[in-house]
Amino acid sequence: MTRLLRTMTLGWKLHFKQESRNPFFLWIVVCTPVIYATMAYFLFQGGQKQATLVAAAVGSAMMGIWSLTTTAAAAALQRQRRLGILELLVASPTPFWATFLPITLAIATIGIYSLGTGLLYVRLLFGVPVSVDDWLAFVVAVPPTILSIGMLGFLMGSAFVRFRAAWMVGNLFEFPVWTICGFLIPLALLPGWVAPIAWVLAPTWGMNALRNAALGTSAWPDIAMCTLLSIVYAVLGGLLLKAFLRMARERATLGLT
Amino acid sequence: MKALRVFAIGGWLSYRALFSWLQPSLFVMVLLVPSVTQMIFFVFLGRAADVENDTFFIVGNALVAAAVPCLFAMSQTIAEERFTLTLPALVVSPANRVALFLGRAFPSVANGAIVAAFALVVGVTVFGIKLGAAAIPGVVLSIVIVAFSCTGIGLLNASLGLRWRETAVLSNFILYFLLLFAGVNVPLDLLPGWLQTVSQGLPITHGAEAARQIVAGSSIVDVAGLLAAEALVGTVYAVVGLVLLRRFEVIARRNATLEVA
Repeated sequence: MTRLLRTMTLGWKLHFKQESRNPFFLWIVVCTPVIYATMAYFLFQGGQKQATLVAAAVGSAMMGIWSLTTTAAAAALQRQRRLGILELLVASPTPFWATFLPITLAIATIGIYSLGTGLLYVRLLFGVPVSVDDWLAFVVAVPPTILSIGMLGFLMGSAFVRFRAAWMVGNLFEFPVWTICGFLIPLALLPGWVAPIAWVLAPTWGMNALRNAALGTSAWPDIAMCTLLSIVYAVLGGLLLKAFLRMARERATLGLT
Repeated sequence: MKALRVFAIGGWLSYRALFSWLQPSLFVMVLLVPSVTQMIFFVFLGRAADVENDTFFIVGNALVAAAVPCLFAMSQTIAEERFTLTLPALVVSPANRVALFLGRAFPSVANGAIVAAFALVVGVTVFGIKLGAAAIPGVVLSIVIVAFSCTGIGLLNASLGLRWRETAVLSNFILYFLLLFAGVNVPLDLLPGWLQTVSQGLPITHGAEAARQIVAGSSIVDVAGLLAAEALVGTVYAVVGLVLLRRFEVIARRNATLEVA
């Protein structure tokens, strides 16, 4: 157990440092909130409805976190394959999930830059004060939100292990999640059948938690849902990974799929 | 004749191989589906903000869908050549540079137009927008001209790929800039004056306005000025792109930085 924890901690640290130096990833987490917060500023100021720009800043930051996760985490295994080390990692005595999970968590953790950028940007450029009513709940909500998105990345990465074009498959989920998880668009505006889908997606609850904390309503139930969904994603991801890896090893296609 | 061969066959092979689309399913996953999901996002964002109607966002996002293949395909012509270590071979070849790069640009125009048309058809169908038969030729013409102008800025993007390795970042930067300031999702009158001026020099701005007017009932003649402006913007970017491609190639050869840019 201690060895597993050590492996995972080291893996998370290593990948966090490594991915923090990836210009493309940094572009996603820094520029996505900037671009979409700007868009929200112009759209919501210019329209007849006024929206809380802090909520828009948090929403656009969440978009950045998801954008990175869906692109990078979904393709994390493909990158190991491309580097020629996937077989070595799978064959090592350490369970493969303990190697893979820290990668997706590290990618989601880079999203913290996104949150910082989103809030700072609207404050500095548009002069919108970062008025968070319940700072404690807001700060507490960040780790479970990022953890749950990382776990969702783990689930996606596990499901796409057999796709050579995993990043492209992951990319397909970028706009749908942006649309239905309430980052900038209220769920009430979407067709009714969308709501149950949004409820099983952790970013919905993460966004709710951060928004509620900012607006002063209780964020704790949303934080609890984030944590619960993280556990579900982790279990499902682990099971999928095991099944797909066994299949790939039986067919000798681990390095080829 | 040789230049024509480089233009036609070289362009076709480059299109198929460099953009990794030897699997047709990737075309659907990379271009068609995201163009529709992006459009849906912005339609609902527009509703949330209560700015403009659905048609505004459907037409704008259908046209910006053309920019994705045009921008990325052109930057890939340099990035993928570098990745497969064939960039030096390309540069030392005596092939006519204009034919070479225009050959690579032409499939992008066709590709961008197809993606934009697909997105528009889906958007019109899903959101029940009225698009009369009389408007179709004008809309198609707008799409083709926008695809051309986006390929023009794509050529400029490709030239920068000779100086900067992070072509994906660059392409995304231009794409986001267009999403924000080309009148695609934010009406131009909501932007500050100086940004409205900048937007006049961007691809899509005039084409999107022309397409919207055509959908609203104007004729091609009514929007001829807008379409001409869009074509002019595209031509300027294409010429600047071709000149810079040549210039940066010379610099890269002189400094031996072709593969390390």
